[in-house]
Amino acid sequence: MNRFFWDIFFKKTLTIAALVSVLTLVGIFLLLLINGLQTFKTIEISAFLTGSDWNPAAYETPVFGIAAMLISTLMVTFGSMFIAVPLGIGTAAFLSEMASPRVRNLLKPVIEMLAAVPSVVIGFLGIVLVAPALAALFELPNGLNALNGSILLAVMALPTLISVSEDAIHAVPNHYKEASYALGANRWETLIRVTLPACKSGVLAAVMLGLGRALGETMTVLMATGNATAMPHHFFDPVRTITATVAIEMGEVPFGTAHFYSLFTCALVLFLITLVVNIVAERLAARFRKKGQ
Amino acid sequence: MMRQALFLPLVILFFQCSHTHVETVTLKGSDTEINLVLQLAEAYMESEPGVSISITGGGSGVGIAAMLNNKTDIANSSRELSIYESALARERNIQIEPFIFAADALAIIIHPSLTIDSLTLDDLGKIYAGEIQNWSQTGGGTGRISLYGRQSNSGTYMYFRERVVKRDYSPDLKQMNGTSQILEAVKADPGAIGYVGLGYLTDSEGNVREGIRVVRLSRTPDEPAVSPLDRALVKNGLYPLTRPLYQFTNGVPEGKIKDFLEFESSPAGKKIILENGYLSAREAGMAGNIEK
Repeated sequence: MNRFFWDIFFKKTLTIAALVSVLTLVGIFLLLLINGLQTFKTIEISAFLTGSDWNPAAYETPVFGIAAMLISTLMVTFGSMFIAVPLGIGTAAFLSEMASPRVRNLLKPVIEMLAAVPSVVIGFLGIVLVAPALAALFELPNGLNALNGSILLAVMALPTLISVSEDAIHAVPNHYKEASYALGANRWETLIRVTLPACKSGVLAAVMLGLGRALGETMTVLMATGNATAMPHHFFDPVRTITATVAIEMGEVPFGTAHFYSLFTCALVLFLITLVVNIVAERLAARFRKKGQ
Repeated sequence: MMRQALFLPLVILFFQCSHTHVETVTLKGSDTEINLVLQLAEAYMESEPGVSISITGGGSGVGIAAMLNNKTDIANSSRELSIYESALARERNIQIEPFIFAADALAIIIHPSLTIDSLTLDDLGKIYAGEIQNWSQTGGGTGRISLYGRQSNSGTYMYFRERVVKRDYSPDLKQMNGTSQILEAVKADPGAIGYVGLGYLTDSEGNVREGIRVVRLSRTPDEPAVSPLDRALVKNGLYPLTRPLYQFTNGVPEGKIKDFLEFESSPAGKKIILENGYLSAREAGMAGNIEK
């Protein structure tokens, strides 16, 4: 009887524990949805999504258009992937295929430690180190721009990207490679034509996870991208991302105003983008796991 | 950047004072005021070991919002309340009492390679609204104007918009996290213009910092342009961007809050205010005492 009770008790407790995170996610989504949709009582949804001017605390008429911020976010994110993907997959391939077990066992934890560096520290390095270097290199008046943000986010996305894609590459069965060598392919050809295609979905999952990390990052971009609300035209323009806008304005916004709700809408847009990215990543990872078996 | 740098001494101050029975006074708000208030608080805590003062920044808007939400004893602010904020205070039955503890002159700084010497408020407004985009239009240099300012949670951002720009800022304004960041950006950018409080213009010895040029300002083209560094003229109210630095309290201040505000007006407090490059409220002709 007693044993029976404890069995049930633990089963229930653990189920509740598992439900907490699910309910939190649902709760966050509902909160964003309920508050975020209030915006559209006063602002046209098309004007909100396509308007390029964002000035909720304007001198005369407030405007709420997230197009410039959305493009800023996408620029910085994809810019960071442009840097991090080749670097990350290259590192992962090296660790898995070239490096001796000793080097691998040393390097992998070190790379994963990079993920432990707080984002303010990365942002700080962006201000004092990367931005002045970019300004000097490209003869710019100021290095606080989209490229600076991309570089810093690439650094932040690298640990996830390397770690997950290294696992994927490592999981490719040895006989695939042996068959390739037997046919006379060298190591490079084997890597490019056999190993990487075989773990394509795993590597893609790694990229998507890195992308998700870069999309949601706030502190670093807030510190290091210049925060001008104008529509950016190239990577040397200062940008203000959705995350930075929410972070800057949430502290001073009067509750219950159009400005307040519009920040929730910004967060909702960001949440939906990250959700899609994560679902795609999960799908890819699941497919990769199935293949691995 | 500045806020993080300030965090450590705050923590140390906090721990130093926490071993005996302590009364805590919280201050929140203006980034312009934070360095000055921090030094005033340090001096005050030395003379009053039983009081612990905790100070955080975030901008005047953040401080006022905290006051309206009953989250701070004193809200530091470099601007007055907005109409909306006063309405909200009335609604929530919060009696906001202003206290002017010091005065600041907002200085306009440019990169030293630019030759412009003075500007009228009107031209300055046009520059920040994006209507004048090239230095050649001002007759003082060449190249595109690169605008630096603060974020909308900053009292300085609002003050400058109300007094100078009088319309919306140009969307090309680069919104910096703090005044120090404006200062560093202006030093590095050959087309730069920015605004900083008086306390950021000079180093600890009272000399103007290197790598920037201070622009003289005039209200109209006929008036002589005045530099914010000319203390005598600033005191006489001839510099157009002289502004009070406020500390708001909920109701007439009492107890330790009142004690701290009185310390700020005392000779010892005044000395610190002057050493930091600011003006005492009285010499700028602003009511230093608690109003009413």
